[in-house]
Amino acid sequence: MASVAMEAAKPVARRHGSPVPRLAPYLFLAPFLILFLLFLIVPLGYAFNLSLWRQTMVGGLKFIGAGNYTKAFADPKFWDGVLLLLRYGLIQIPVMLGGALLLALLLDSGTVWAKSLFRLGLFLPYAVPTVIAALIWGYLYGPNFGPVTQIFQYLGLTPPNLLGQQLLLPALANIAIWEHMGYFMIIYYAALQAIPEEMEEAAVVGGAKAWQYVIYVKLPLIRGTILVTATFAIIGTLQLFVEPYLIQNLAPGVINQNYTPNIYAFNLAFVNIDYSYSAAISFVLGGVVAVISYLFMLVSNRRPRA
Amino acid sequence: MTEKLDHLIGAPFGRRAFLKGAAAATALPALGAMGGRAAAQDVVNLTFWAWTPNTQKQVDMFNASHPNIKVTLENVGQGGDHYTKLRNALQAGSGVPDIAQMEFQNIPSFRAIDALLDIGPYGANDFKSQFVDWTWGSVSEGDAVYAMPWDSGPMGLLYRADVYEANGIEAATTWAQFGEAAKKLATDKPGTYLTNFAPNDANWLGGLLWQAGWRPFQVNGTEIAININSDIAKSTLAYWQDLIDAKAVNTMPAWNNEWFTAFDNGSHATWVAAAWSPVLLTNVVKGSVGKWKASDLPQWKDGEFITSNWGGSTFAGFKPTQHPQEVATFAAFMATDPVGSKMWNTEQYLFPVLKGLLEDKALMGTPYEFYGGQAVNEVFVKSASAVAPGFQFSPFHSFYEGQQNDFVAAALAGQGTLSDAFDKLQEAVVTYANEQGYTVKT
Repeated sequence: MASVAMEAAKPVARRHGSPVPRLAPYLFLAPFLILFLLFLIVPLGYAFNLSLWRQTMVGGLKFIGAGNYTKAFADPKFWDGVLLLLRYGLIQIPVMLGGALLLALLLDSGTVWAKSLFRLGLFLPYAVPTVIAALIWGYLYGPNFGPVTQIFQYLGLTPPNLLGQQLLLPALANIAIWEHMGYFMIIYYAALQAIPEEMEEAAVVGGAKAWQYVIYVKLPLIRGTILVTATFAIIGTLQLFVEPYLIQNLAPGVINQNYTPNIYAFNLAFVNIDYSYSAAISFVLGGVVAVISYLFMLVSNRRPRA
Repeated sequence: MTEKLDHLIGAPFGRRAFLKGAAAATALPALGAMGGRAAAQDVVNLTFWAWTPNTQKQVDMFNASHPNIKVTLENVGQGGDHYTKLRNALQAGSGVPDIAQMEFQNIPSFRAIDALLDIGPYGANDFKSQFVDWTWGSVSEGDAVYAMPWDSGPMGLLYRADVYEANGIEAATTWAQFGEAAKKLATDKPGTYLTNFAPNDANWLGGLLWQAGWRPFQVNGTEIAININSDIAKSTLAYWQDLIDAKAVNTMPAWNNEWFTAFDNGSHATWVAAAWSPVLLTNVVKGSVGKWKASDLPQWKDGEFITSNWGGSTFAGFKPTQHPQEVATFAAFMATDPVGSKMWNTEQYLFPVLKGLLEDKALMGTPYEFYGGQAVNEVFVKSASAVAPGFQFSPFHSFYEGQQNDFVAAALAGQGTLSDAFDKLQEAVVTYANEQGYTVKT
């Protein structure tokens, strides 16, 4: 059955079987491929090569093959960072994506006045450069002169130490959530727009209440979008660097040289002058990200095939 | 559709030829111009990285008096960030400035990676006699000169005279007195601290330990003796641990806005600091100008007077530069020009390393508005002459700083005492030095 359909769909115009391969598609792809090779593949190759060597201050450059990788797999500083990010992700991703979904559903529900204003306003934090955002929040969290502290002191309560051991992780998660919720909200909102209006009419006719319509119709229809954004969020979370790095001088007791794997890799390269080990750590991190993303996709795709 | 594309691909015989011709035509005049330009006066462009505020003044003076050299000043960050960018540029092999600010403690590290230009062959040794001996010793080895000393950082007490007066405190002359005053102030006036013990200020703590007699590193080529957790270190740290436990000193992180604000509004009554410290305060603590005073660094034993050096910078040239002679000329000017070098002190509070300036009584007696008219140089001259000799930095200072900060910060956050922190630090540094191929003695 399938082959007959394919036969019918073949374009009729193709009269001569041209032996010369068509150049056009490759020419169109060429700019992307060139940039992809130059800025992704070549640096990856260079970094991988770098990770197979070892440079010491006394003794110079030596080839050690997988030596850096064995060291990385046994390095508690690296794995502590990974565990930290898993805990961070458990707070940050559900709140961020859940909040984004809720906002998108609200905007889509037709009960909101001045929708565009809210859409723009909620998206605005994403337009703020991460560096600026980290600086702003660092100030807001300031345990001595920051606004949060001042408000608590005004109310006569003990201000929470948002940069202390207990609360720093949620505080960092808060910054990331503030930055990215609007972005994911726009994505979900666009996905919701693709749902045809007939669905809603059919649901109303069928006697469904608004919340039932949302849970049983809307969400399943944008399930694909949700899973894709969740995968991206996981990949992004495992590479956390900017926010803790910029707040480091405000919370030096908590954010140390190896707080997250990327901060560890950065410090290895640029403070310890150990570029090779840094490259190995980066690749192992890449491996961890790949494994976790794959596991997530496996788990989320476990529906029975029709 | 394919026909249209074929037409586009085959067509531009005319256009391609035109483009080729145009390219050739523009190349010819350019080649001609190059030949012409070589005959005229070449302006040498130098890039200079420094973070000391207002350095542009002396750079402008240099540019004005040397029309064939143009120096561009860039501020790429303070301290750690600056050195990170330098190392990046050196590793990448491009983007290295011709000359940069280099603190004394980082010179061994950059010499270890063979990054510094020897300006000895370019006339640097002509200036040797003008500099204080230890500063020249730190930048040179025999006839090889790796940097020109810029300023030094003899340590002293910078304190808020108004806060001291309001609370009946006298500037301490011994650490015992200082500790007592700290505990008293913390009880009498909660929220005001005699001083701050920062968890992330490795070089500051290093200066204090230096005064007490701490000598963590002895470097001899590829041999290195590492003694970070010596008894002297532990007893000094125990003193500070006592004050921290008694909540007599504040432990907020240093070098951020909150910390500067604390000095400005009197929450920190004292800064155990170096001669150059006010230059960084003046930009931020606008409210307290005129209320500061300087006095001698407190002593551990009655009757002795020993101080230490914290920081102090040099002008260091880099090997990849294309203009070594101009680099040497610039470094010499910035460090020794009679007008410019005086300005470092009178306008930027930098403590001189030139013997001539140190002997200039009028200069040393200059009153400073920041210190309410006190002739502060006299305090630092006394301190500079008492800097304890024999202190060496490691050839991996940035690594060491990061590690010390990590362990000290962890201790202040509740994971053990400062003494424990230094034990762990000793272990970590010995491991690193071994990994890097040094022969380590402990």
